[in-house]
Amino acid sequence: MAKVTVDGIEVEVPNGVSVLQACEAAGKEIPRFCYHERLSVAGNCRMCLVEVEKAPKPIASCAYPVADGMKVFTDSPMVRNGRRGVMEFLLINHPLDCPICDQGGECDLQDQAVAFGKDASRYREEKRAVKDKYLGPLVKTIMNRCIQCTRCVRFATEVAGVPELGATNRGENMEIGTYVEKALTTELSGNLIDICPVGALTSRPYAFVSRPWELRKTDSIDVLDATGTNIRIDARSGEVLRIMPRTNDDVNEEWMADRGRFAFDGLKRRRLDRPWIRKGGKLVPASWMEAFTAIAEGFRGKKLGAVVGDLVDAEATVALRDLMAALGSTNLECRVDDAAIDASRRDFYTFNTGIAGIEEADALLIIGSNPRIESPVINARIRKRVVAGSFPIGFIGPRGLDLTYGHDWLGEGGATLAALAGGSHRFNEVLRAAKRPMLILGRGALTRGDGAAVLAAAWQIAAQNNMLQADWHGFNLLHQFGGQVAPLDLGFTTGIPADVQGLWLLGAEPGGVPEGAFVVYQGHHGEAGAARADVILPGAAYTEKDATWVNTEGRVQRGRLAVYPPGEAREDWKIIRAASELLGARLPYDSLDGVRARLAEVSPAFAGAEFTPHGCTDQTGPAGDVAAVSDAAFTPSVANYWQADVISRASATMAECARTYLPQAAE
Amino acid sequence: MALSDKDRIFTNLYGLHDWRLAGARKRGQWDGTGALIAKGRDWIIEELKNSGLRGRGGAGFPTGLKWSFMPKQASDRPHYLVVNADESEPGTCKDRDILRHDPHTLVEGCLIAGVAMGAHAGYIYVRGEYYNEHLVLQAAIDEAYAAGLLGPNACGGGWDFDLYVHRGAGAYICGEETALIESLEGKKGMPRLKPPFPAAVGLYGCPSTVNNVETIAVVPTILRRGAAWFAGFGRPKNSGTKIFCIQGHVNKPCNVEEEMSIPLRELIEKHAGGVRGGWDNLLAVIPGGSSTPMIPKSVCNDVLMDFDALREHKTGLGTAGVIVMDKSTDLIKAIARLSTFYKHESCGQCTPCREGMGWVKRMMDRMVEGRAEVDEIDILEQVTRQIEGHTICALADGGVWPVQGLIRHFRPMMEERIAAFKAARGTRALPMAAE
Repeated sequence: MAKVTVDGIEVEVPNGVSVLQACEAAGKEIPRFCYHERLSVAGNCRMCLVEVEKAPKPIASCAYPVADGMKVFTDSPMVRNGRRGVMEFLLINHPLDCPICDQGGECDLQDQAVAFGKDASRYREEKRAVKDKYLGPLVKTIMNRCIQCTRCVRFATEVAGVPELGATNRGENMEIGTYVEKALTTELSGNLIDICPVGALTSRPYAFVSRPWELRKTDSIDVLDATGTNIRIDARSGEVLRIMPRTNDDVNEEWMADRGRFAFDGLKRRRLDRPWIRKGGKLVPASWMEAFTAIAEGFRGKKLGAVVGDLVDAEATVALRDLMAALGSTNLECRVDDAAIDASRRDFYTFNTGIAGIEEADALLIIGSNPRIESPVINARIRKRVVAGSFPIGFIGPRGLDLTYGHDWLGEGGATLAALAGGSHRFNEVLRAAKRPMLILGRGALTRGDGAAVLAAAWQIAAQNNMLQADWHGFNLLHQFGGQVAPLDLGFTTGIPADVQGLWLLGAEPGGVPEGAFVVYQGHHGEAGAARADVILPGAAYTEKDATWVNTEGRVQRGRLAVYPPGEAREDWKIIRAASELLGARLPYDSLDGVRARLAEVSPAFAGAEFTPHGCTDQTGPAGDVAAVSDAAFTPSVANYWQADVISRASATMAECARTYLPQAAE
Repeated sequence: MALSDKDRIFTNLYGLHDWRLAGARKRGQWDGTGALIAKGRDWIIEELKNSGLRGRGGAGFPTGLKWSFMPKQASDRPHYLVVNADESEPGTCKDRDILRHDPHTLVEGCLIAGVAMGAHAGYIYVRGEYYNEHLVLQAAIDEAYAAGLLGPNACGGGWDFDLYVHRGAGAYICGEETALIESLEGKKGMPRLKPPFPAAVGLYGCPSTVNNVETIAVVPTILRRGAAWFAGFGRPKNSGTKIFCIQGHVNKPCNVEEEMSIPLRELIEKHAGGVRGGWDNLLAVIPGGSSTPMIPKSVCNDVLMDFDALREHKTGLGTAGVIVMDKSTDLIKAIARLSTFYKHESCGQCTPCREGMGWVKRMMDRMVEGRAEVDEIDILEQVTRQIEGHTICALADGGVWPVQGLIRHFRPMMEERIAAFKAARGTRALPMAAE
């Protein structure tokens, strides 16, 4: 520990931290542009200058390590002049276009110019003009505004792992861009918008849409992948205008994947906003009462079942479970992709190591998953661990994938998996030598015919290679959507018999619905499910309800209502509660607290405990015959990252991305 | 009292003799190098400290002290010697003559420096434009290898040493030691933050020391003739001999090795044939390469050419590139040209340098015409102060010092220029942006 005096305030900070961090520990705000906690230190903006006793020149506090007994001054004339000078330099070539700049109101340059700058400019020469660059359909550039802090370059290189951004030319002519103009090939490009301290990189879909002070901000959870990214939904007049990440070091740090950030315009298109009933083979608009009555008639005396989809919240799921139970049915299913998940134990289907736990691991085996596509934020965490050094990664799946980090390609499919399970593969040596090895099994790998065998084989690898320890759990299943774990917790795994006569689809696509069955579709986007339905009930999307979500770790998080559902659509558990009345099976709760109490009753996961990393004491594996693993290759489970779910398929922004990045898929 | 021929270190500075190994040996180079190496690193460093040698690249840091910063204990990380031959300072061409006429002084110096800092490999980063020079240097290194003077058990002194030549691509900033290291590693030449200093984390993250060509090249002779001999030249703390590059409005521009602390007037009159049109025709001198502020004739009359004497006059010895300007010179235009140079060579990393150099350059361009207001001279001065000392490296400092020197000594000239412009073109010099 080093004792540092900042403006007379004595603080004790660990050795090796920067002067800037020491100043923050003392409660002094240091202005900065290039410095960012999660990126390497560049020290080039020179805004964070402070005075250190006995130093002849002001020092850049972000890059200068503390020393014991150091005396720092953050508000001396030397510091004030230094900051004022740097501010003036930054502004001489920065356009005065704040009134038409999307960063206006949340711009570091604006704020710091007010706080630390001069009141007038002395610059009478001509300003620099820089040609705008094309970085893809998501990030808009106005390069005149760029202050060359190089945060974006460092983010792309270090976090996203795509060294495609850089600075060309030097001095005044230095420009940021992709060397050859092209769209950035990263699923994390939206974060460039967040880290840019000025309006040089802004959101293309959000261009000229709103001002920050007009927005109502609601904390919520992203469900378009299974990471459970903490988000803030910015809305105005009942319309979601943008989504941004919140900081949560255990989950997403402060990053967010592009689909979760930009797909929300799909929430305004192709929505189910009123109930419909099929009459004479045609769907006709109906009132809620008519719809419920139709369901009561359609379900009467039939063998029932319920299926929930990938984007459904826990409250609606438990309400549906209770409704089915009240109607005498235990035919429940949530594995609409036929993934052979064994839900008999929670650690069979969750990411037990924890996302933050990746940083403690020292070897990794990836089986049938492309984390870059399935969860870009988790992939960034893996990359962070790789960059820290000594992290061998074995990969079973398609050859030549760019995961943004180097990996040891072991093989394409089942044969390699079987060899590893047998303990005879060369990578077994690496895993056995590791103290904290982990594996990531992609949910997509379980959708094959031999899914149960793949799951059993993966568990066997974990058990036999030191991954299951009393204080370390290295077995991880990576799901694909934010609504996939909660129904597993709530027992939606009993299956649907082939002779089912009435089916309630809660946001689920109807794979293999028997001919003549009476189908109720409840959801927010009408795709095939709505087309097949006899009754359509308009539900709420994830931004439109107070709901509980479980991410791939099994972490239970709450999202909040940001905007009301459109038209006559309602929060899903309320629809089910209302239907129960007319179906003669009245559910016992009629408040959100009531449903949540019931949730905790059904599964202890919802009883309010935080996610904690846990060990594994029982090494007994899931049911499944390891020997039955076929030799077939693992295929990518998410072919089109940009349009992987109903919301993103309805999104114009995502369609544009698909056209840009996957021209062959769009055709 | 001028340096006598027997005390010259660079005996082939003018290329009159054979630069090859045979010729170099005849002039005393590579004489007993093995024995010098055998005396060990502590002796070498101590001897250098006693000699008072200060770095010849511009900053004048004591060389022995700098070498002593290299870790004493060998770890798993190798040590590297890096020689800065990226001589790009306008007004300086001393390293060039060493490289092409006396390359063996450098090669021998590299070996000894390698021993002194525990380095088994040295890199010489040669300015890209020095194409022929790099060929000569490479030939000299090849000769040394062939003669067993480099490579395993170099000179029979029991030390393995390899020497490599790397050519730059022509950027002034790559003469800054950390930018040079970046460039050597294959990256864009941008100075690194210090600390950590290269002696701790340098080339490829390993302990490294970067030295100027001349600094390294004088080392063998110092060790052969003794620290006291070298320390006997010049004033205390400014000891030794030094190559001066005298150019501009002199009758006979030349490079000359002279004793430190020689009076500027004597240097010019004795070696460069005097100022064009006589001493009284002198206007100003830039004493140490383009980065150092100029001094007017009144100072030139009796100033001594060493680090401390020039510092007293708010300038510096720098690289000892003496630029002489007589009364025919448009000083404002000359300095404006330097501002253009520094604006062009700024790497663009730090805000004050990136943005400020262009501002200074544009203001200077207007000052040349006089198209400015008198109070803009103050703004210009303030802008240079805002740049100075606020950046990672010293390029920005060197870029604004010439302007500060101009304002310090020749402000009336600038005001006259503005007044003349106003007289010819009406009162308002510059339309305001809003008009």
